[in-house]
Amino acid sequence: MSELPAAIELIDVWKRFDEHEAVRAINLAIPQGEFFSLLGPSGCGKTTTLRMIAGFEQPSEGVLRLLGQEIQNTPPHRRNVNMVFQNYALFPHLTVFENIAFGLKARRVSNQEIRRRVSESLEMVQLPGLEHRKPAQLSGGQQQRVALARALVNRPAVLLLDEPLGALDQKLRKEMQLELKRLQREVGITFVYVTHDQEEALTMSDRIAVMNQGRVLQTAEPRQIYDYPATRFVADFIGTTNFINGRIISTGNETASVELDGLGIVCMTMQEGLATGQSITLAIRPERLRLNKPSSQGQANQIEGILEEIIFIGNDTQYLVRFKNGVRFLVREQNQSPTERGASYQTGQPLQVTWSPAGANVLLE
Amino acid sequence: MQKRGAPFFAGYYILLLFALYLPIGILFLFSLNDGVVFAFPLKGLTTHWYRDMLRNAELLQAGMNSLQVAVASSLAATSLATTSAIALLRFQFKGKSPFIALALVPLLVPYIILGAALLVLFAILGVERSLWTVAVAHTIVSLPYALLVIMARMVGFDKHLEEAAQDLGATYVYTLRRVILPLIAPAILAAWLVAFTVSFDEFILASFLIGRRPTLPVYLLSQLRFANRFPQVIALTVLVMLASLSLVLLAQWLQRRGSAIPESDRSGQFARVPGFEDLAFQGEGSSEPHE
Repeated sequence: MSELPAAIELIDVWKRFDEHEAVRAINLAIPQGEFFSLLGPSGCGKTTTLRMIAGFEQPSEGVLRLLGQEIQNTPPHRRNVNMVFQNYALFPHLTVFENIAFGLKARRVSNQEIRRRVSESLEMVQLPGLEHRKPAQLSGGQQQRVALARALVNRPAVLLLDEPLGALDQKLRKEMQLELKRLQREVGITFVYVTHDQEEALTMSDRIAVMNQGRVLQTAEPRQIYDYPATRFVADFIGTTNFINGRIISTGNETASVELDGLGIVCMTMQEGLATGQSITLAIRPERLRLNKPSSQGQANQIEGILEEIIFIGNDTQYLVRFKNGVRFLVREQNQSPTERGASYQTGQPLQVTWSPAGANVLLE
Repeated sequence: MQKRGAPFFAGYYILLLFALYLPIGILFLFSLNDGVVFAFPLKGLTTHWYRDMLRNAELLQAGMNSLQVAVASSLAATSLATTSAIALLRFQFKGKSPFIALALVPLLVPYIILGAALLVLFAILGVERSLWTVAVAHTIVSLPYALLVIMARMVGFDKHLEEAAQDLGATYVYTLRRVILPLIAPAILAAWLVAFTVSFDEFILASFLIGRRPTLPVYLLSQLRFANRFPQVIALTVLVMLASLSLVLLAQWLQRRGSAIPESDRSGQFARVPGFEDLAFQGEGSSEPHE
């Protein structure tokens, strides 16, 4: 397996626009057949990275490989990658059929073969029968599918997707996420997917690279990224996280004790590289916290606070609790049955926030 | 829901329409008047000015001369404008802004100065004055109009379309042929019509640069001396006006047919191809909103 060259490899790639460094020292290796996402806020360099792979931007420095071949000097029309653009970029003057056939025609594929492959790919994206419509006569979701078919019909080694679901409404977006994932499994093509939507990335990806300010901060599987974010930025960008500062006062084989600023001592699972005296930040997800009852795993950590706000959001209720030292924690509890919690707490009342030692994650700053 | 002042603006608008179309109406009226004096009351209805005009070889020849000059100069200006617009908007090179400025300067230079300058230039170069020299001058002055019309269209369409074409394996030439040119075709047609019109009724440059064969405006002015021929001239101008009007209507009809999509089916994603009426006809760059 390891002999198979990576679908895409970026080695120390930089991109500068005049004074601005859009991409800084990026190293990535994306194995064949993977659904890989570049995730980050706008302006983090994810789209620039994608455009360098497509060939629309030249790296200022570094090496780009497609299936082991260096491609940084190959023009876009000679790279075996295809892109689905953010606004689809369908040719408005051509029909659906002509749009999808565009790449095949440019490569002088025979007419018979074109007809076969176009109808095949229309079926793949579940749009048969719309061959003779113009893009303007299609809904947003249909345009999206045509854009996908237009790219996939060329059987590229890698499919690049630049926030392709951004223009769709919430419900359709969810549907398309699952559909894209299905499609990717079916065709077995490597997908490189750019998005700023963390949920989208978590739902679809085999692996995610989280980017900020031109750098890749962490590359890992969705669960790993969510449970063990490498930096404060990643922890904050993916989901919601509570942060609290402290200092390690003792370490053992299984656990370490941490003194939180002005709040007493808590216990956490021991991790490699922790030493007594170190200043750390604890990152705890809101759903790992409980209110007013001991954690199920024993040895629960407890901190007293004042309930400041109750936010009902349908499936969950969120509680904002303020500690003595001014730090606020968000606690999320599922609404197991109607009005179960809503009535049982009052804003302004003191209560305990608890979590298990394994529930907290250490960030070394 | 009438606002105060509405009658005032309506009246103003009607006045404006009168100012625009009254002279044209009068022209039409007198082309049918049985007499050579331009005064009311009319002498009686006749079509013999039209008949005489069609028999006036000199007049028809002048019309043909103008047609030749207009066709040649508008084709030249439009193809130059198309290539320049693509170069200016899609390629990076040094001296781009000065080039745009220079290409638009003929809009600002008084024709009388340009005419004199070209006259001197052709004299120095030893080029004999002819319809060709007029065509060269007309190409120069209609180029900025054509350029602005085409550039407005190019700014209006999604740049990603060209990237998409190249991403799909198209070379630049193929992209040009299958994507860029079809998309700016309406603008090229509009630009051609503008250039044609600019040339067809241009008088000052032509009067400096014609050789022995006059263009229509030059000929018309020369006929003012002969009162009895003047009604023929009027008859011709009416025909020319009708011809250009139907040309514009034809272009508009072609446009509408080209983008005949029911209003209700248009999703917001793609702005439709702008019709003839959307394009900056007076050469002011109007650009279609991006999305």
